[in-house]
Amino acid sequence: MTVRTDAGDALRRLTTTHLPSWMPWLLLLVAVALSATLRDNFFSQYSISSTFATFVPLVLVAVGQAIVIIGGGLDLSIGAVAALSSVVAITVMGGDDGRVLLGVLAALATGMACGAVNGLIVAGLRLQPLITTFATASVFGGVTLWVLPTPGGRVPGMITGTFRLAIVGIPVTVWLVLLVAAAWFLLKRTRLMRHIYAMGGDPAAAYASLVPVRRSQALSYVLAGAFAGLAGLAILANSGSGDPFIGGAMALDSVAAVVIGGIALRGGIGSPLGAIGGAMVLSLASSILFFVGVPSTYRPLAEGLVVIAALALSALSDRRKT
Amino acid sequence: MTATVEADQRRRALPGWVRSPILVAAVLSVALIVVGELVSPGFGSYGQVVAMLRVAAFLGLIAVGQTIVILSGGAGIDLSVGKVATLAAIIASRVMQGDDAQTASGILLALAVCALIGLANGLGVVYLRITPFVMTLGMMGVVHGLILAYTGGVADGRAAPALVSLVNGRVFANIPGVVLIWVVVTVLVTLLLRRTKPGWDLYAVGANRVSAELSGVRVNRTVVGAYVASACFAGLGGIFMVGYTQTVFLNLADDLTLPSIAAVIIGGTLLSGGVGGYVGSAIGAVVLTVLTNLLTTLRMGEASRTVVNGLVLIILLAFYGRGRRLRS
Repeated sequence: MTVRTDAGDALRRLTTTHLPSWMPWLLLLVAVALSATLRDNFFSQYSISSTFATFVPLVLVAVGQAIVIIGGGLDLSIGAVAALSSVVAITVMGGDDGRVLLGVLAALATGMACGAVNGLIVAGLRLQPLITTFATASVFGGVTLWVLPTPGGRVPGMITGTFRLAIVGIPVTVWLVLLVAAAWFLLKRTRLMRHIYAMGGDPAAAYASLVPVRRSQALSYVLAGAFAGLAGLAILANSGSGDPFIGGAMALDSVAAVVIGGIALRGGIGSPLGAIGGAMVLSLASSILFFVGVPSTYRPLAEGLVVIAALALSALSDRRKT
Repeated sequence: MTATVEADQRRRALPGWVRSPILVAAVLSVALIVVGELVSPGFGSYGQVVAMLRVAAFLGLIAVGQTIVILSGGAGIDLSVGKVATLAAIIASRVMQGDDAQTASGILLALAVCALIGLANGLGVVYLRITPFVMTLGMMGVVHGLILAYTGGVADGRAAPALVSLVNGRVFANIPGVVLIWVVVTVLVTLLLRRTKPGWDLYAVGANRVSAELSGVRVNRTVVGAYVASACFAGLGGIFMVGYTQTVFLNLADDLTLPSIAAVIIGGTLLSGGVGGYVGSAIGAVVLTVLTNLLTTLRMGEASRTVVNGLVLIILLAFYGRGRRLRS
């Protein structure tokens, strides 16, 4: 934190107005190249299907996290919300194919309700997002244990089956990631998203320009909650059963994906598409560690170091961060 | 400027005694004990209160570091303290293996590792300019990995009898050693913060980094030092905790991160940095511990206590941590 001269500051602003948006895609290219050399059949349909299956939950929470962070907020409870949505959905469905739609709606409703709680506290009471969502993560985590105290339950075969299908030769899991990206292109054009960008960039200026700042802020959390609810479903589809402890690492991973994705933590700058790239990089990195043969007891350490390295790399490529 | 004026006005609207968070916290802890005594007679007995203070000491020691990091400003926060405390407990008990001769080496090795972790946090925050919560959240993941790599997923080792008697042994008036150590630490830390140059530097840096830098304070060094101190005090809390439980668990102190932040906020230290002190955090740790004990007495399960912990923090924030209105 050195004191800079005005001229130096202006120069810096000129040279690095935007974060490097190519960074996540470069990292993704490296990760894919590494994966391809490590695994002969990396590009086979089965392999792509299962690789993307591991992407989907993190991609969804990363997009949710990205929307909140772009709005100048933060959601550390997003993993807990995904976990709560998943256990609510599995409890509602009870392994019955006929209640899949009900389960999907329950997961979405749970996610959005949790997001609304976060949004109302942060926007309504004007509390710090970091501490608020850290606290609500604890609340949601406790509620998750009420709903499903121990791992278990059976996911309807329809969900797990669909997750392994391929449509027009392209695995469903790939379609889902594409669908998330497409959803972003629609969302981007809405007035709400423009308000969220304006609010994240400069809340006072946005307020002066008649942006409904409080409402947009609250809605950014509801939107993130909806994505977390979908992530909860993806977790179920992937694992085939419920686990109340699944959300633990997701908060960190989603923030890391957002940072790698070139989204400024101070808000207003970046695109959730970058976060999708970041999420894929992180997922691939952990599978690379598996295929390199890192012993299982050392894998969490290696994954943690990869995340720190990625954060450092992103921070170094953005010297303007304050 | 407007924020402080508005906060000032809001505070002036309240009755006088509410203006001091430390006093409010102290009254709150006594009130909770009285409620406990009413609900379940014996809750407020001398032995029970001393037992609660012993448990509060672990949280209190971890909150020392959290207070220092939050005081250093710049959105400073340490989300890795819980895991770091657990790691310190695991290292100490593995080195000791229940052998008195290894007590000192176990404690020193654990604290050295903690200092390195804190150093990494500080360097990442200052020189790589990674936002504190992201850096320490990332470090939480790394320390989790370290714990699994070091133990292979199975916690073993036992605290040395010397450590156990230091923590649990009644020195006088039936007060366990760890409570006395905590009192001494509270006095020392308060003196360090209020009466020494590093302490003044910390407040200066927390209040305004640019003016601190211009006044010749070594800002970077102070901030790095704050994170090192945080990890070391977290480690100390973890080591004493394993002296209490005697055997170590893989998640011994993991859940203490959120309460450590809550204790600091209850104590009236501002999240924006530069304002506050440790005495408040210590009383905050007592309040939270009494509350947890009360909930346990009411036969509330672990899940429900987690919920209540989160709700308490939000309610406290609503009193102390409100941001300013955009309209103003």
